[in-house]
Amino acid sequence: MKKSIASLLLGTALAVTTAGAAFAQDKTVKIGALSDQSGLYADLGGPGSTLAAQMAVEDSGLAAKGWKIDIISGDHQNKPDIGTAIARQWFDVDKVDIIVDVPNSGVALAVNNVVKEKNGVYINSGAATSDLTNAQCSPNTVHWTYDTYMLAHTTGQALVKAGGDTWFFLTADYAFGAALERDTTAVITANGGKVVGGVKHPLNTPDFSSFLLQAQASKAKIIGLANAGGDTTNTIKQAAEFGIVKGGQKLAALLLFLTDVKAIGLETAQGLNFTETFYWDMNDQTRAFSKRFSEKMKNGAMPTMVQAGVYAGVRHYLKALDALGGNPHDGVKVVDKMKSMPTEDELFGKGEIQPNGRTIHNAYLFEVKKPSESKGPWDFYKLVGTVSGDQAFTPLSESKCALLKK
Amino acid sequence: MQALYAQLLVGLINGSFYALLSLGLAVIFGMLNIINFAHGALYMMGAFVAYFLLNLGGISYWWALLFAPIIVGIFGMILERTMLKFLTGLDHLYGLLLTFGIALIVQGVFQNFFGSSGLPYAIPDQLKGGMNLGFMFLPIYRGWVVIFSLVVCLATWFLIEKTRLGAYLRAATENPTLVRAFGINVPRMITLTYGLGVGLAALAGVLSAPINQVRPLMGADLIIVVFAVVVIGGMGSIMGSIITGFALGVIEGLTKYFYPEASNTVVFVLMVLVLLVKPTGLTGRAA
Repeated sequence: MKKSIASLLLGTALAVTTAGAAFAQDKTVKIGALSDQSGLYADLGGPGSTLAAQMAVEDSGLAAKGWKIDIISGDHQNKPDIGTAIARQWFDVDKVDIIVDVPNSGVALAVNNVVKEKNGVYINSGAATSDLTNAQCSPNTVHWTYDTYMLAHTTGQALVKAGGDTWFFLTADYAFGAALERDTTAVITANGGKVVGGVKHPLNTPDFSSFLLQAQASKAKIIGLANAGGDTTNTIKQAAEFGIVKGGQKLAALLLFLTDVKAIGLETAQGLNFTETFYWDMNDQTRAFSKRFSEKMKNGAMPTMVQAGVYAGVRHYLKALDALGGNPHDGVKVVDKMKSMPTEDELFGKGEIQPNGRTIHNAYLFEVKKPSESKGPWDFYKLVGTVSGDQAFTPLSESKCALLKK
Repeated sequence: MQALYAQLLVGLINGSFYALLSLGLAVIFGMLNIINFAHGALYMMGAFVAYFLLNLGGISYWWALLFAPIIVGIFGMILERTMLKFLTGLDHLYGLLLTFGIALIVQGVFQNFFGSSGLPYAIPDQLKGGMNLGFMFLPIYRGWVVIFSLVVCLATWFLIEKTRLGAYLRAATENPTLVRAFGINVPRMITLTYGLGVGLAALAGVLSAPINQVRPLMGADLIIVVFAVVVIGGMGSIMGSIITGFALGVIEGLTKYFYPEASNTVVFVLMVLVLLVKPTGLTGRAA
């Protein structure tokens, strides 16, 4: 019975797509939200990213104009092979037009190749590696929200300039950690600092005490955390236990998300400096969006910058489709259209997409509030500085992206 | 050299969690012949119960050490009475699949409500801070974990291997019919034993709550390693699992120092080696 319904649905879907293709004004779109749905990055992306995509579709108002937009979601489990298998199935069988989110740089880079091969659209918000718009850039890819270059040139640079000239890295042992360590090291050396050592730890490590002891013994002024999600929260919590900050060393949480701060608790997290491109409590528009978002989340969570990036990315994608007047099912064509239009939305403000696929918008330096300063369950950040997009992200002159050599 | 001492001590701390968890598994396997894949989920529940006791009931860490194992233990006994009981005499595979399914359901439910990043649980005031041992800064809480779990492990071993109650238990596994003939309520004893093993898991969960995040997947991440510990130590051997637990913690700690990239595989490499040389585990007897 189930099977017959499924095949019926599939048949209808196929009929719709083939019938649609006959007309120039095809107004069907299928969005695939590919994320870590249950692991250590699930809270910063995961189901929240799917919700953000849904909200973007609703807010676009395209349904009223006769568009039919579907969203499906998938769990890549932080494994590149699973991520690419889902992406291939989505393009080949489910006729997905666009893949969004995809945290975990290892998976993100693998999916990047599939999207290019299938000529789909790829709006990455969750992954950090700056390679997506640099050495491995693709005409089908737009990278929203943040990247390792930005993190290094904001948080990293601020710390070196404040006197933190010796660094020890705790690095997640995969593409993301390597990219973040590489980009931050470049900033440290350029500003006269020195990296005195580092440890590469496996992804999803529950206990960091061995690594923290090595960091402590290195006597470096700054311990750079080139990891993310659950790994970062565990490191920060256990560093407090081992008296690392009290001993005079400073932790550099190069990548920290709202949900991480929630998980660590203000008592331990207070005073940490880091960079994000979105915070729910920035202005009336972000607060209104976040309130709607949080009401639809099962645990009432506010959106992270990754989820906000998914929303903004999908909004911009739909604007481009609307401007094209129909879905050409041609990734490069849609992405070119997206690049030709300035970006503007309630969450990231005004910006643009550079020819290499990098979205440029402001970045903000935050500090975690003291428990006494926090007025509500998600009131965590103090804004300490704003970096304009052209300062924060890779200048085109430094980018090795092949798309720039036209 | 100093760094090495520090790593040994840190290894011992992680080893105490391995020991507590593998001990519970060994007790359950030894007495019930069930490969309890739900162990990690029950460990996670222990941590969550401690969190709820503190945040909803204002009940401190110290009472949680007592109450959480009892509450989760009762949950375990209900599982045994309503489901596991029916698997007696069947192949191990059935118990494994059932408990694995239970683990997935429990984790899924917690994840649905609490997300995956977890909740913070503070170290109790009495155990805050640390002391300088010369070669390292030892957080007092970690020292407490090692001592406390050693005491619990040895007490459990004593209970099962040296007391009359333990003798009944062991006899009941060998020949339940005969033991029943002596007027001993074997099914009730089995249920209580499962409760004890589950309680040990929950206790480890409470102990780890202040160190790790209280997360729905905290047990899933650990349980595979703990199974490797049990296999290396010899399935069902109480002392074997305690010693292997601590020893593997130390070996893993040393790996983190000498070759960190391999730190989450070293236990499995050892498991392969042990299985090749001595398939029953280091202290196991032939089945």
